[in-house]
Amino acid sequence: MSEISIETRGLNLFYGDFQALIGIDLQIPARKVTALIGPSGCGKSTLLRVFNRMNDLIDGVRVSGQVIIGGQDIFAPGADLLGLREKVGMVFQRPNPFPLSVYENIVFGLAVHRLARRQEYGGIVEQALRSVLLWDDLKDRLHHSALKLSLEQQQRLCIARVLPLKPQILLMDEPCSALDPIATLHIEELMQKLKKKYTIVIVTHNMQQAARASDRTGFLYLGKLIEINETVNIFTKPAQAMTENYISGRFG
Amino acid sequence: MAREHFQNMLRGLEQELVAMGEMVIAAIDRSIQALKNVDKAEAERIIADDALINQRRWDIENQCIQLFATQQPVAGDLREIVSFIDLITNLERMADHAKGIATIVVRHDQKPLLKPLIDIPRMADKAREMIQKSLTAFITQDVEAAAAIIEMDNEVDALYDQIFRELLTYMMEDPKTITRAVYLIWVSHNLERIADRVTNICERIIFMVTGEIQSD
Repeated sequence: MSEISIETRGLNLFYGDFQALIGIDLQIPARKVTALIGPSGCGKSTLLRVFNRMNDLIDGVRVSGQVIIGGQDIFAPGADLLGLREKVGMVFQRPNPFPLSVYENIVFGLAVHRLARRQEYGGIVEQALRSVLLWDDLKDRLHHSALKLSLEQQQRLCIARVLPLKPQILLMDEPCSALDPIATLHIEELMQKLKKKYTIVIVTHNMQQAARASDRTGFLYLGKLIEINETVNIFTKPAQAMTENYISGRFG
Repeated sequence: MAREHFQNMLRGLEQELVAMGEMVIAAIDRSIQALKNVDKAEAERIIADDALINQRRWDIENQCIQLFATQQPVAGDLREIVSFIDLITNLERMADHAKGIATIVVRHDQKPLLKPLIDIPRMADKAREMIQKSLTAFITQDVEAAAAIIEMDNEVDALYDQIFRELLTYMMEDPKTITRAVYLIWVSHNLERIADRVTNICERIIFMVTGEIQSD
């Protein structure tokens, strides 16, 4: 495999007594779309959230094993959490723009991380909106409330909001589940463009989406990574019978 | 544009299909040339090269399977990918007919041809023209052109009848000519089958565009 963006070694995660992730070993290549699929409760969202330590906020979470991003174990004592979040952006299931203007949404992270001077903001906003193909639609409405946008536009804005921080990795947790089919295809198309610069990891309930939009697919079941491979292999000749049963709709 | 990525994959497959069609046309041209020259060595090369065309067919089919598995094609896209598989099967069989002609050249074993070739190259030219036009009609989704190409098959059939009748007279006059006359009939039969396969492609084009099966 080419350059590795995320690697886990013997990753276990417990919510109290419940083990949600069991011995996960995987490598996620840079500048590809990797999809995580599996039935509800299989651990796919938990795994995604490990990659920027979002699970830290939940009481009773324990993690063992290693998660290596950019050569650093992100769970090592003294790991730079703010630096990690800068490097690893997240897009959620429902668009969650701040109740601010389009412009303020995009510069918000820059201000928090003090990454740019105010004079640079205009150019950065334009670039971010162009990356998600929103610039032409919104260039005259930069100071309107982001909450007035369509759901698809809001979701694009939430992706655009991450980009000024120059992340290496974009995590997407069911990014299309609140969108209609056409908007979904638009976001998938956007992922194909963004992967030229970013590593994308997407969790999806919709395995057709994983098939269409990803380069690699991992199948999780009951906290275990059953199989991960090139998406065409997973969907034409999976190695594990359990994967085949799931993707062909026989269980899950 | 929505599904630009998928559309690009489809366009890429079209290019590969045209490239495969050119390989088949080259095989037919070479087989007729080998026949004209009774060139056994070239005929053996044509037979060996058929494996390249078969490989190409499996490559394209594999890509079609991947598109089915990953892209959930529907409606026109679905019909197009089904049609790809049908077209490459027909093209591959045409290449087998070219190989069949080459096999006859090998059997001819350097003996001089019974007569100078006139109508057989004409048939081959017609078949080549039909293949080229059908591939263009496929790419441009041109139903009218496809229907017109199907009509061209009658001209090929007429040439086949003419060749058959002419060679029959040779055989009746002199039974010693029978073997070589039968070889030429087999060659023309291969060409006639190639043209039939083009009509299959054209019917498939009409299906792809309209969703209607038109078959006699």
